[in-house]
Amino acid sequence: MWEKLYFQAVDTWAITKRNLLRYTRLPQLVFFSLIQPVIFLTLFNFVFGGALGHSGAAFHDKYINYLLPGIMVQVVLFGGLQTGIGLARDINSGIIDRFRSLPMSRAAVLAGRTLADLIRNVVVVGIMLLVGYFYGFRFYNGNWKAAAMVVIFLLFGFAFSWIAAFLGMVVKDEETAQLAGFLFVFPLVFASAAFVPVASMAKWLQHFAVNQPITFAADAGRELALGIPSHGAFWKLLAWVIGILVVFMPLAVWSYRRRA
Amino acid sequence: MNDQPAFEAKGAAKYFGEVKALDGVTLKAEQGKIFGLLGPNGAGKTTLVNMLATLSQPTKGSLKVLGIDVVEHPDRVRRQIGLAGQFAAIDEYLTGEENLYMVGRLYHLSAKEAKARTKQILEEMKLTEAAKRLAKTYSGGMRRRLDLGASLVGRPKILFLDEPTTGLDPRTRLDLWHTIRELVAGGTSILLTTQYLEEADELADHIAVIDRGKLIAEGTSAQLKAKLGGDVIEFEIDETDKDKAMGAMKGVSKKAASYDAESRTVIVPVGGHGARRLAEVVRKLDQADVAPHTLSLHQPSLDDVFLTLTGSKVSKDDEEPKPKKRGRA
Repeated sequence: MWEKLYFQAVDTWAITKRNLLRYTRLPQLVFFSLIQPVIFLTLFNFVFGGALGHSGAAFHDKYINYLLPGIMVQVVLFGGLQTGIGLARDINSGIIDRFRSLPMSRAAVLAGRTLADLIRNVVVVGIMLLVGYFYGFRFYNGNWKAAAMVVIFLLFGFAFSWIAAFLGMVVKDEETAQLAGFLFVFPLVFASAAFVPVASMAKWLQHFAVNQPITFAADAGRELALGIPSHGAFWKLLAWVIGILVVFMPLAVWSYRRRA
Repeated sequence: MNDQPAFEAKGAAKYFGEVKALDGVTLKAEQGKIFGLLGPNGAGKTTLVNMLATLSQPTKGSLKVLGIDVVEHPDRVRRQIGLAGQFAAIDEYLTGEENLYMVGRLYHLSAKEAKARTKQILEEMKLTEAAKRLAKTYSGGMRRRLDLGASLVGRPKILFLDEPTTGLDPRTRLDLWHTIRELVAGGTSILLTTQYLEEADELADHIAVIDRGKLIAEGTSAQLKAKLGGDVIEFEIDETDKDKAMGAMKGVSKKAASYDAESRTVIVPVGGHGARRLAEVVRKLDQADVAPHTLSLHQPSLDDVFLTLTGSKVSKDDEEPKPKKRGRA
């Protein structure tokens, strides 16, 4: 039992390490995962920030205060998407066949991939915080709550990785995985409180926007970072994270075992 | 475990929907030998290898590796096997060293063992100098050697080599043959699939020929050649000369000549004295007033094997069933 768990950890770490090494060697991946979020943050802050008015109570004094938690949610979700794209790529390169012929844990290929993407998200979130700080963002609600925001965002991204893993195993094609992911995530992110207050949206859209997990995430983040009350968004988000993991972890592992 | 066959299949079949990629194959391989599985693209070679390597499960029948059932105890089978194929299953963005070390850890070697084994394999595969370069900078032959090396990390008792030389240049191919022979000398049992009769002839102790998912012949290289009658004389004629030519070929060889309508070619199996028969064939054609367009003497090719065994030319691969995967086709 313990031996099995130990080897599961060894296998998972070997795959995690492999994926992290790959990231350092693929310039386009470094770009998309590190530079792109910074570009997003910069553009949103200086383009929309101007239009929305940089000050005002709704934005907690400055738009960057409001924006950073929201854009972080978007960034960790996009980071999670990479899981599915990477898995689809591995299937086509044949390396998954090698893994499947080895006496290793069946779940490790997926766990190692999602873990590597989680670690990358840690780095990305760190960079976002630095750049955000430079643009004037500040935490107003204490260090513990600031840390809690970062942790719950990372968990949300990690849970999303498992959805992407399942998608990647099903579509088995890099481009399709990328497309499916973006088609699904983009509207979801924009129809949420990630960038602008829901109250400014069309009425019909508001009903959707206030009840979806990305809004819970953005609101939870703002409560933890700034102290804006969120009516329990944190707990709703936590429920989503647990729900996603409970459903998609077994689904993804099942589709990995079943392949071919 | 020692008296068990290296691997065996009993009525093994794999269907992809309507398509019968493998349609009931029964065979058995001795330990410590090279078992050659010969067949054209899409014959079902990879399908069989994938099932033996626990990558996919049979629709019907049973498969065992060293007496262990692949469906019931896949993990125990995986501890005994190594798999390398025509598409190098390595990570291009890791160095050769990192690739091997990762596989070592996944075989559950300790960090120290994995390191030592990596070094050893790099040496055996002549990759020591390239050890710290990314695998994507490797040449085709180096990639293939790295892939083969990765399959050896866990010291497998049984090695599955799925068309290991397809697409390699002749010299690299010879190098790889040499490596394969050394492995067998070291006690490894090997299943080698190939499209080339020459390769099976050169390496395999025992050859099974499959086509369209079925086993069509089996034996040692010598036995198969005896069946084929050794050398072959081939000539292309006008269709109108067919009867005259076939008549003239009667009695040239113990085995009957055959005619392939599609290529308008007469094929005469002539046993071991090809050169002597060639003169006779030419004389007889001249007497029968048949002027061949081309005339050649050669060792039987896979084409000839199939013509003799199945009565039709090697099937084209686009008509043939293939597993759905893109990776190892």
